[in-house]
Amino acid sequence: MSRLATRYDLTALARKLAAGPGAGAPPVQVFVGMSTCGLASGAGAVYEAMAKALAARKLANVTLVKAGCVGLCYAEPTVEVQVAGQPIVTLGNVTPERGEELVAELAAGGKIAGAISEGDAIFKKQVRIALRHCGRLDPEKVEDYLRDGGYQTLAKALFDQKPEELIQTMKDSGLRGRGGAGFPTGLKWEAARKAANTPKYIVCNADEGDPGAFMDRSVLEGDPHCVLEAMALAGYAIGARFGYIYCRAEYPLAVKRLEIAIGQARQLGLLGANILGSGFDFDIEVKLGAGAFVCGEETSLIHSIEGKRGEPTVKPPFPAESGLWGKSTTVNNVETLACVVPILEKGAAWFRGIGTPKCPGTKVFALAGDVKNVGLAEVPMGITIHEVLEEIGGGSRDGKPIKAVQTGGPSGGCIPASKFDTPIEYETLASLGSIMGSGGLIVMGADTSMVKIAHFYLQFTCDESCGKCTPCRVGNKRLLEILDRLLKGEGKPEDLEKLQELGNVIKDTALCGLGQTSPNPVLSTLHWFRGEYEECLKKGPKAVTYRIVAEKCVGCRACAKVCPVSCIDGKLKKPHVIRQEECIHCGACFSACKFDAIVRE
Amino acid sequence: MGTDTDHKKFQELEAMIDGLALAGKDTEGRRAVLIQVLHKAQELFGYLPEEVQKFVAGKLALHLSEVYGVVSFYHLFKTKRSGKYCIEFCMGTACYVRGATKLIEQAEQALGVKLGETTPDGRFTLGQLRCVGACSLAPVIQIAGKTFGRVTAEQLPGILAEFK
Repeated sequence: MSRLATRYDLTALARKLAAGPGAGAPPVQVFVGMSTCGLASGAGAVYEAMAKALAARKLANVTLVKAGCVGLCYAEPTVEVQVAGQPIVTLGNVTPERGEELVAELAAGGKIAGAISEGDAIFKKQVRIALRHCGRLDPEKVEDYLRDGGYQTLAKALFDQKPEELIQTMKDSGLRGRGGAGFPTGLKWEAARKAANTPKYIVCNADEGDPGAFMDRSVLEGDPHCVLEAMALAGYAIGARFGYIYCRAEYPLAVKRLEIAIGQARQLGLLGANILGSGFDFDIEVKLGAGAFVCGEETSLIHSIEGKRGEPTVKPPFPAESGLWGKSTTVNNVETLACVVPILEKGAAWFRGIGTPKCPGTKVFALAGDVKNVGLAEVPMGITIHEVLEEIGGGSRDGKPIKAVQTGGPSGGCIPASKFDTPIEYETLASLGSIMGSGGLIVMGADTSMVKIAHFYLQFTCDESCGKCTPCRVGNKRLLEILDRLLKGEGKPEDLEKLQELGNVIKDTALCGLGQTSPNPVLSTLHWFRGEYEECLKKGPKAVTYRIVAEKCVGCRACAKVCPVSCIDGKLKKPHVIRQEECIHCGACFSACKFDAIVRE
Repeated sequence: MGTDTDHKKFQELEAMIDGLALAGKDTEGRRAVLIQVLHKAQELFGYLPEEVQKFVAGKLALHLSEVYGVVSFYHLFKTKRSGKYCIEFCMGTACYVRGATKLIEQAEQALGVKLGETTPDGRFTLGQLRCVGACSLAPVIQIAGKTFGRVTAEQLPGILAEFK
């Protein structure tokens, strides 16, 4: 493709692409979800099988698209079929054989069996803004993005709008940072616009480190151009000519697709010098992280781009005044940037019409853990936790009631089932002792020990603390030691008060956002599930014993297989026995037994 | 170190650094490519021994202490030689909740080494990963860039046997 010298070249190309080569028969698009999860589940083989079958049948009106992820991770690999003028049909758990059948069904023009339809609850509650293209275009083909109006918003801004107008629209829209803290994006841009410290930089924070959050990966893998266009728009608004995307090295496919997209945009003259003849120069470079959670914090991230240890510094000065190499720097998260183009295209009023007055728009949640439909869901702000869990998530895996959800990763907290009717907003989650965070929503089933969950997150924080400030480095270590002894059954009576006091001190005194939120998992579980901590104190975990009821045991060996210390004896089809002196009271056998033959006492 | 293959690796690393057009750049400019160069070096050598760190420091005209400071800060940079294959267990919350720790224990027993160690024959290194974001497939293992999802205790020996 050749360089687009003017905005009219862009419009002409988009028109040409929209007219399409195969006009005539109703065009059918078949999207195979080929993000990391899809590929690991065998989407590659499905694509190959379908491509072969299509070629054999010479179905010219069917286009097979290597698409990103639609977010139905529980049903990977997924295939979606779009017959022009009809609702999209989604198929889950597709095998290569099923793919071939599907081609036959398309050839016959018949109905497609076993599909999830757009009217189903899992889709009905969703409003897709950030994920609008994910799964619906080929992320490695810029043509797909252009056909759908890609880069038109940038062209319009460069020729018809002043930077201040863009900033005003962003302010009016009420968009808030989706990385977790919820700072208004328009205000961030305005501060950077006013800063005199040039050259200015725009940075996309793609260091999605919260365990259990993968919406940014999905956007980068499924729609990289929308991030590039948004960065160029942000650059124009604040007066920056260069942008960095800081992506974690754990996302190789996202990095690859970003590099491809940047190459295409440069070739078309949509990045680089004198974009579309407007006189505006803007270019982007991808920078890789190297596995440090703290680099998701913006000052740490900036140091990492500079090639230093990713340690945070005190704010103020905020990056808008003094960031990369001491220059004004605007850091926006991937999901935030993914909302920019639709807002500038459709206007602030449209965006405000979605969500709540305090938090307009949508949020993408990554549902994981003990829930039936694991995946990504983009929902309007203000939806209740209950709606997300039950209507989109389909409830818990084993049908038992859900005990709690954890939001915000290691910086967030656990929210008990009694609060599931809370509408989701930054402030409401904070009032429950958690945070919105990047949008990980981990579902905890009835058997999950909340003390152990707090311990898990704290261990994570201790591993990832950069060591710069004492409250985080030493304070969290002390918290972990207290939890260690509680779990061993060696807790002291004053321990719960100590957890509370120390947790609050860390919150008040740690240097960066990560340190200040690191005690949240402990404090929130202590608040909502204090009983479990008291139980640890009273009995210690050894007081919990597991016993097999001989009358109920069918001798299936399921418990013996999962026992990590192999302390369950018994022959096949004969009742089993637990050797109590060796039992470590982990409860694995209890969860594995399908016949309720193991009792917890 | 010091073999012909090492010599070639150093040459390749040098070519990569020379390709970055650092001539005339100040310390800030040279420092900005450090992490990128270390990624390349680790890709070539498998880990970052002192010789490699010294070489990088020399080429970028940065102090060795600064290079070591960066290497030791980031989890992905390794200073010990790894086995031919790294078996890496995702330790994200979803994988944890769905039994990653048990898989690790099983692998430790099967291979006779602890997490972070390499088998005596140099075939496997056991490691852990931060969340790879494939939570629907929990628990997840990555070996030599290949992702295995919903791994069960029964499947693990078969997966390990794939890597000779």
